[in-house]
This record gives sequence, structure tokens and C-alpha cells, in this order.
Amino acid sequence: MKNSSAKSNSPAMRLSKCPSGIQGLDEITDGGLPRGRTTLVCGGAGCGKTLLAAEFLVRGAVQFNEPGVFVTFEETEKELESNVASLGFDLNGLVERKKILLDYVHIEPSEVQECGDYDLEGLFVRLNHAIDSIGAKRVVLDTLEALFACLPNETILRAELRRLFRWLKDKGVTAVITAERGREGLTRHGLEEYVSDCVILLDHRVNDQIATRHLRVVKYRGSLHGTNEFPFLIGDTGISVLPITSLTLNHKVSNERIGTGIPRLDAMLGGQGFFRGSSILLSGTPGTGKTIIASNFAHAACKRRERVLFFSFEESPQQIIRNMHSIDLHMEPMVKRGLLRFHSARPSLCGLEMHLATMFKEIAEFNPHVVIVDPITSLMESGTESERKGMVTRLIDYLKASQVTSLFTSLTTASNVVQESATAMPADMDAWLLLQNIEGNGERNRLFYVLKARGMAHSNQIREFLISDRGIEIVDAYIGASGVLTGSARVAQGALEKAAVLSSQQEAAQLKREVERKRTALERQIKDMRTDHETEAEELRRIAEQVGTRTLMLTTDRAASGHLRQADAKASVRIPNVARNGRKV
Amino acid sequence: MKTKTDKPAAATSRPATKPWQLRLYVMDQTPKSRTAFANLRKICETHLKDQYEITVIDLLKNPMLAKGDQILAVPTVVRKLPSPVRTIIGNLSDTERVLVGLDLRQIV
Repeated sequence: MKNSSAKSNSPAMRLSKCPSGIQGLDEITDGGLPRGRTTLVCGGAGCGKTLLAAEFLVRGAVQFNEPGVFVTFEETEKELESNVASLGFDLNGLVERKKILLDYVHIEPSEVQECGDYDLEGLFVRLNHAIDSIGAKRVVLDTLEALFACLPNETILRAELRRLFRWLKDKGVTAVITAERGREGLTRHGLEEYVSDCVILLDHRVNDQIATRHLRVVKYRGSLHGTNEFPFLIGDTGISVLPITSLTLNHKVSNERIGTGIPRLDAMLGGQGFFRGSSILLSGTPGTGKTIIASNFAHAACKRRERVLFFSFEESPQQIIRNMHSIDLHMEPMVKRGLLRFHSARPSLCGLEMHLATMFKEIAEFNPHVVIVDPITSLMESGTESERKGMVTRLIDYLKASQVTSLFTSLTTASNVVQESATAMPADMDAWLLLQNIEGNGERNRLFYVLKARGMAHSNQIREFLISDRGIEIVDAYIGASGVLTGSARVAQGALEKAAVLSSQQEAAQLKREVERKRTALERQIKDMRTDHETEAEELRRIAEQVGTRTLMLTTDRAASGHLRQADAKASVRIPNVARNGRKV
Repeated sequence: MKTKTDKPAAATSRPATKPWQLRLYVMDQTPKSRTAFANLRKICETHLKDQYEITVIDLLKNPMLAKGDQILAVPTVVRKLPSPVRTIIGNLSDTERVLVGLDLRQIV
């Protein structure tokens, strides 16, 4: 390991690579197969060995101007030509232009007798002649193991094979040999012991009724390589190996922002919407309006004259178009103008890899600005969890690399939407919108908020999300002392507040009236009291006058009567003295 | 050596008087090739006197000819006539096996 990393550090020491031209394989092998050496491709029946070898030759001839020789031990030239023609390779044309030479080596075991010592110079001569006649740089031997069936003397055969591989190396051609997978070793006849430079293992596994092919670089002497199992596909353009993640993470990023078609949502995202080229996840339980938001997004993009590719795995295009009519969103003009393209497929139609490849192909063909996948989760029902995550990661990777804005809807079933989505989806989404249904008070309401939006200011508010025949409307949910209120409860709360205000206004008015009344009453009382007081004062004054008059009269009267009573007074004084004397006796 | 030519075309252009047409593919004049030729001639002389014709093809000189008879190993003897075609590879050291391979047993 140390050795290989030291080697890759110094470019002078670096192993010369021969690019295969096969999509993805060169990424895994860090540049291609070892140049001037032999690579062993082994695997079970039907896993694509011959095809990989053929594509290596065809791409070499077409893309890298390296002619190649295909020595086949199993199929005739005609069979091989028609087999690879189904993958879009024009082998016949290449043969005519002397870019590729096909040589069918056929031995009928029943016709051959072995007698005494021999060698395989015949094969060498044929190979040598073939290589020299077109100046071949690449050689494929498919598959050498057929020799074991017709040449019983294994000792000679093995010695000759060893010589053959040495000879190929000396010849300086990059060779690919194929071999059937053995029960114990990598190959049935132990060919791997002769090929020590690069061994690629192909595998075709059925998982959950869906078959997926895998490729693994078992060994690559003197080079760094991806050691994992990589799924690969045989599509109508040949093999494509899909590295789970590309080796680098350096996509170009854009500062351009694009609107979502929902003004209020744009406002929640700092007023400008999402970044171009970002990946957006829209998750929610059934019936929360995911497709509607996605359709709005698509519609808005089309309005900007951008191309939108809509992958639908639940509804047919016609159905989506019809349904969107109900919210006043008209998509068919966009389809007619070629701005919007739908791709609908049943998720169970094929395996994940095939879906992914189809999507890649569609994307490459249509070259969209925006890609919508609705919903990504139904696509993820098949396959293991790591496969699913890997698939989404690859898709996002691919889209980001080509600056395509992507929106994925994700259907969640559990009440805990965040947790479920987080486990099901990889974390490399740039923005995450959450839609939720809230049940209560005998109704169901949609809530909506931005959970995550990388690199932009975004609102932390939970909003209510209304779908009407005029489209989407996002309104503030009522958040007060009694919690978050939505729907009719929100409306009721509004009415309640209005009523409260009205009643307090009325109360104030009443209080005012009361005060006024009290004041009037008080004033009246004061007035009465004052009148009383005045009456009393008048009376008092009158009495005072009467008293004055009477006193005067009294004084006069007394003076007069005093005169009259004087004698009586003298007599009365004497009488008490007598009494006192009498008692003394 | 009854016949020895590098060109089978010359061999076939002759009136095919001999009922047995054999081709021996060799690679250069190696000891292995010589042994094979000697063995083959000895067997033919013994069992097919005057009825056979051997064409020796040196693949070093005519590599293209290897494809025609699907030659992989050298030396190889191909019985072109009588049909069906029979092929024996090796230096023909085991006479018994050569006889079986060439279907000469019945004649013997």
C-alpha cells in the first residue's frame, strides 16, 4: 500500500494507463487498464465479460485510435458482430476499416487427437499475424479456457499459456483475457496465476427479484484503484459502471438564484429562491402537496424558458397535467413548446441501476436546467439501503456536476417525518422543505417549513400551506398562547380576537357613559344640597332674627315684672329663718 | 519424402490422384517439426504406400494459412481427404494413436 501510494506521488514512476473508454471504469481504475500488460476479466455466465472486452476494443479503436484484435474461442465472427451490434457497436464497419480484426479460433474436440509433444506456436503465429496486419495495440482473448476443453494435456497447455502472456507483454499490447468464474478460485482453471497485473471480477446477483451486475477490481498492481463493488449496467450504448461517488467533490457552484414559482416561498428563502444547481428535498406524508409544489417549480422554470425534465414514478404525465388544472396551473403549453418533458415509469419496471441509467440517458439527451423526481422514495423501494442511498448520491452527483437544479419529493409515512427522511435520504441535499399534515378539531391542515437551506438566509417560521383553485398560498399560522393554530381554528381564533376587541371597546364606552352619569348625578346632588343649604341658611337667619327680637322683649318684660315682685321677695326671706329656730328648740 | 511444398495451392492444383491428402503444419525447421514429419512419413509408408500425399506448411513463412485449418498447436496433421477432416496434434511419436487418429485401423 505504501509502495503504491509512493508510486502515484511521483509522476515519473507512474504506471502507464490505457483508457478503456468504458463509462466509469476509467474512474475506478484511475485512468484505465495497465498499458502493455494483461488484464484478466472473470465472472460467471452472463455477466458481461465478452461485452466488456468488446467494448474495450471498440472504444479503443473509435476513441483512442488504437486498433485491436479480438480472438474469440467461443463465438464465430458473425455471432459476435450481431451480439455487439445490439449495443450500438458497428463491429463490421470497424473490421472493414481495418480498425478491428476478428479471429475465430475453433477447435472441435471430437476431431482432434493428441499425440506426443507439441506447442501452441500456431496460436502465436495467428496472433502475431493479426496484430501486425492492423498494427493492433489492444488484444482480447475470449475465452482462453475453451482450450482446456480441447487440449487434454494440461502440462503443455499451462506452460504455453505462461509463454503466451509473457509474449503478449513483450509484444507491448494491452490485453484483456476473459475467464469463467471458478468454484474455488477466481477462474475455473486458475488463469489468475498467470495474470498478475490487473484482475477484474464481474458478478451478476439477484436481489429481491431484481438482478444487478457488479464489477470489482480485485487486483491492480502498481496503481490505486477503487476496491469496492460497483454496480454496472449493460445499456444500449454499452457498459456503464456507476461509481457510488466520484472520486472528487469539486462541482462548480453557481450564485444564481432561481424562483420556486411560489412568491411566499421565495420570501422564506431570503426573497430569491434556491441556488441554481442545488439539490432540493421535499418530504412529506401523503397528500401534503409535494407534487403540487414540484409542478409549480417546474412551471416557474419553464416560464423562464428553461428546460425541465420531470420523472414521475407515480402518475402518468396526462394525470399530472389534468390534476394541476385544478389549481390553475397549465403545463401542457410547456410540454408543447418542448420546455417540459415527462418521463413516467413504474418503479418495479426494472432494478435501481437500470432506472438510474435511464435517467442519466434522458438527462444527457434533453439537457435540462431543472430535474424533478417525483417521488424518489417509490424508486427506493427496491434494493438494499446502501444501494438506494448510493443511487441517490450518484444521481445528485451527476446532476450537480452538470449544474442541474434538482428537486426530489420524498414520501414519508411515519409521523416523524424528519427522522424517517433523514435515515432514508443521504445528507447531501442542499435544501430541505418539510410538508406536514396536522389533524385536530375535526380537520386536517397542511403545514410547511424550511428545514434546511444551505448558504442562504431562510425563515424559521412554520407556515400554513393552502391549496385552492387559484394555486398555492402560504399563510402565517396562528402562533399564540394556546399553541399553533391552523385552518378553521386559525380563522376562529382571528374572529375571537376581533370579538374581544369589539367587546372591550363597548366596555370602555359603557364605562365612559357610567362616569358621565355619575358625574351628572353628583352635580345634581351638589345642586340639591346647595339648595337645601340655602334654605336652611335662610331659615336659620330667620330664626336668628326671631331669637333677637324675643330676647329684647324678654329683657323688657323682666324689668317690668321685677318691680312687681319686689315685696314678695322680702317676705320670703324671713320665713325660712323662723323654721330654723323652731327646729332648734 | 514424397512431396514437400509450402504451397497447398500447388498441391491441390495437381490432379488429386492420391486418395489420402495430408497436411502437416509446422513452425520452422525445429527438431519437433522434423520428428513429426519423419514419424508421419514412416506411418504412411507403412500403411498407405503410394496412396498418400503430404503437404508441409511452414507457418513461419505463411502465417495466414493457420486460420484456414484452425491451427493452434504445432505440429498438426490435418487429414483433408478422405473426409471427414481429422486433426492430430503433437509430434506423432505414438504410432498407435496416429493410426486411430487418422482412421487407419481398418486398412491395417
